[in-house]
Amino acid sequence: MAVTKVVMPKLSEAMDTGKIIKWLKKEGDRVQGGDILAEIETDKADVEMEAFGAGVLRKILVGPGDRAPVGSLIAVIAEPNDDIASVIAGAASPAPAAGKPAAPASVPGATSDRSAAVPPQPRSEDPAARQPAPAKSPAGPGAGSGPQEIRREPAARPAAPVMAPVASVSHADGRIKASPLAKKVAAQRGVDLKVVQGSGPGGRIIRRDVEAATSAPAAAPAIARAMPSVTGPEYEDRPLTQIRATIAKRMPLSKAPVPHFYVTSEVVMDRAWELREELNALDGAPKISVNDLVIRACALALLQHPEVNASFQGDSVRVWHRAHIGIAVALEDGLITPVLRDCQAKSLSQIAVESRDLAERTRARKLKAHELSGATFSISNLGMFDVAEFSAIINPPEGAILAVGSVRRVPVADGDEVTVGRRMMLTISCDHRVMDGAMGARFLQTVKRYLEEPLRLLV
Amino acid sequence: MAVMTYREALNLALREEMKRDPRVFVIGEEVGLYEGAYKVTQGLLKEFGPKRVVDTPIAESGFTGVGIGAAMVGLRPVVEMMTFNFALLALDQIVNSAAKMYYMSGGQYNVPIVIRGPGGPAHQLAAQHSQSMEVYFYHVPGLKVVRPSTPMDAKGLLKASIRDDNPVIFIESETLYAVKGEVPDDPDFVIPLGQAIVRREGRDVTVIAYMGMMYRAMEAAEELEKEGISVEIVDPRTLRPMDTATIIGSVRKTHRAVVVEAGAGFAGMGSEIATEITEEAFDDLDAPVERVTGENAPMPYARNLERAKTPSKERIMEAIRRVCYAERS
Repeated sequence: MAVTKVVMPKLSEAMDTGKIIKWLKKEGDRVQGGDILAEIETDKADVEMEAFGAGVLRKILVGPGDRAPVGSLIAVIAEPNDDIASVIAGAASPAPAAGKPAAPASVPGATSDRSAAVPPQPRSEDPAARQPAPAKSPAGPGAGSGPQEIRREPAARPAAPVMAPVASVSHADGRIKASPLAKKVAAQRGVDLKVVQGSGPGGRIIRRDVEAATSAPAAAPAIARAMPSVTGPEYEDRPLTQIRATIAKRMPLSKAPVPHFYVTSEVVMDRAWELREELNALDGAPKISVNDLVIRACALALLQHPEVNASFQGDSVRVWHRAHIGIAVALEDGLITPVLRDCQAKSLSQIAVESRDLAERTRARKLKAHELSGATFSISNLGMFDVAEFSAIINPPEGAILAVGSVRRVPVADGDEVTVGRRMMLTISCDHRVMDGAMGARFLQTVKRYLEEPLRLLV
Repeated sequence: MAVMTYREALNLALREEMKRDPRVFVIGEEVGLYEGAYKVTQGLLKEFGPKRVVDTPIAESGFTGVGIGAAMVGLRPVVEMMTFNFALLALDQIVNSAAKMYYMSGGQYNVPIVIRGPGGPAHQLAAQHSQSMEVYFYHVPGLKVVRPSTPMDAKGLLKASIRDDNPVIFIESETLYAVKGEVPDDPDFVIPLGQAIVRREGRDVTVIAYMGMMYRAMEAAEELEKEGISVEIVDPRTLRPMDTATIIGSVRKTHRAVVVEAGAGFAGMGSEIATEITEEAFDDLDAPVERVTGENAPMPYARNLERAKTPSKERIMEAIRRVCYAERS
């Protein structure tokens, strides 16, 4: 039986390293091709990694929570009697990614029983050893803290305003320990548990810690009125999340080298709005959003204006004949643009069902790798935030992106009368290397016509 | 309402039910002429005669079997175990006959029997006579298990048990027989099986305890009140069926729970209640559920060691402070 090298897969175009969230198989487990080996956090989503060979998972080289570059060896599948030492030895120890030293477990020779050469690293040590020991009550016995205060005053907390905006609290193993109730209260009040210092055993965050974290700022205004100066740290440095780091890396690669120009148009949305209401009143039919109408209109318009559905390739322009549309989905910590493929061939209801599913799975971080890349055009809709209009940054190698504002009720001149109408602003950002202003304007006109005569979207 | 002892309340319940229903009879060792080893059956022989108050040889399996047979053909026996530790001798009758007859006869025979007597740790009764016997029975499908902590519960729950059409294990306590309390005079006062009661209201922690441990938890609660910890005490009263709704409702309010039981902890009542709470109220918990249980050892005879084996007020208080994240005062 062959030895199968398990390498960090490339799960999206922008991915250069991946982090093992957890292994779902352990060393010694028998695996079949297609079994899920591990969950991997990429720059965009959490993805399940399948096994491509059968045998026994002999060795795991990159532990949970550690990163490895794309293509590097992270595990070995083989039969129990196969010699895998050479495979492991042959693999360069994973390059230190993201400034972190390679995982100690990846040292060659760790397969042998005499692996004592590698001293166990304190990776998930007793949190108590790392957490500062809960300070005893600042005052000694009998020094003014009456017994009735004991319960109300978290004893483990120093008297200083620790709950003021602290920098994120470091947790020994990356896992935040919080009581279920504390988690629930934090979710209800929108408190990020990462910045809460736990006062329970082993640093467990308990309800009063969350309450203190929320009530502390509430007390601030009173102090602010009394004193001109504000106490507490002036700022905090938050480490980049994986998504934020990717966006930070990718956007300058778009905005700087790609010469953007923008074309804006206002769309009369009265009829589209009515049509949508009629469609949504139909029994059993999927609910259609304004964005679904825009996706459908763009898909049809892209077929008519392939020059907008195009990518710059240095010495050529690739013109796409299919409309794979990226739909920007906002998340707490960033933005992901999953791809709805072949929109030109999809009905409005199909688009509605599939785009909702895509958005929900994006928020749940359950996208599959192929759903994260391959868009030929993107749509970014900030309509739900009551935005009149905005312009978006192109996501290369796509040639254009459409920014969609809110459908607003505005006064409009109807002859000499002023009436109320529904309007929506569309702004397209175009790569000038691929197209010119007139091309963008013509495309936008077509989109506008589809939306203003929305029955066209149904045929 | 009259004030009477737990023992008198049980006696009254038996008398009332024997008057009310001619099918009810009492059987066991020393229940007649001697009027009960703990005088629970005092006066019954005189009042109801030897056909309804039956003295037996020292043969638990035999007289429990007689009771089960009588129940199958329509009587309502109340079988007294001199102490519940002796029920081990009748375990096969109880587990294999009483509990399963209704099921195995396809519903043709039900077994409306009450098996009652004292159990749990008392005062220097040593290894064989101090066991928390309920654990042997509440595991068995088909049995109901009652542990009444007060005179009022003793009367109301014994009457409900006698009227119940299923076999009921009714375990009293030597230490509670002399406890006095108010008991309703109404001969139709019954407490339905399967209803817990909140013995003490509090805000910060729910303590679940019954029998002697309930009283000890009550003492702990009074002391902790001085430290600013407000303890709610729930007494399940019936262990099976268990009134989880009342327990969960209390935990949802206080967000913390401590279960106290006299028996050794492994797979005990505390384990079961802690699991129920975790399953039903996980998101309401601010701390892990704590158990305070007897030590994992046979009960010693020596007074000081007996105390060390059984949950003390201090250990209950420590557990409550821990789940409340409170420092010791």
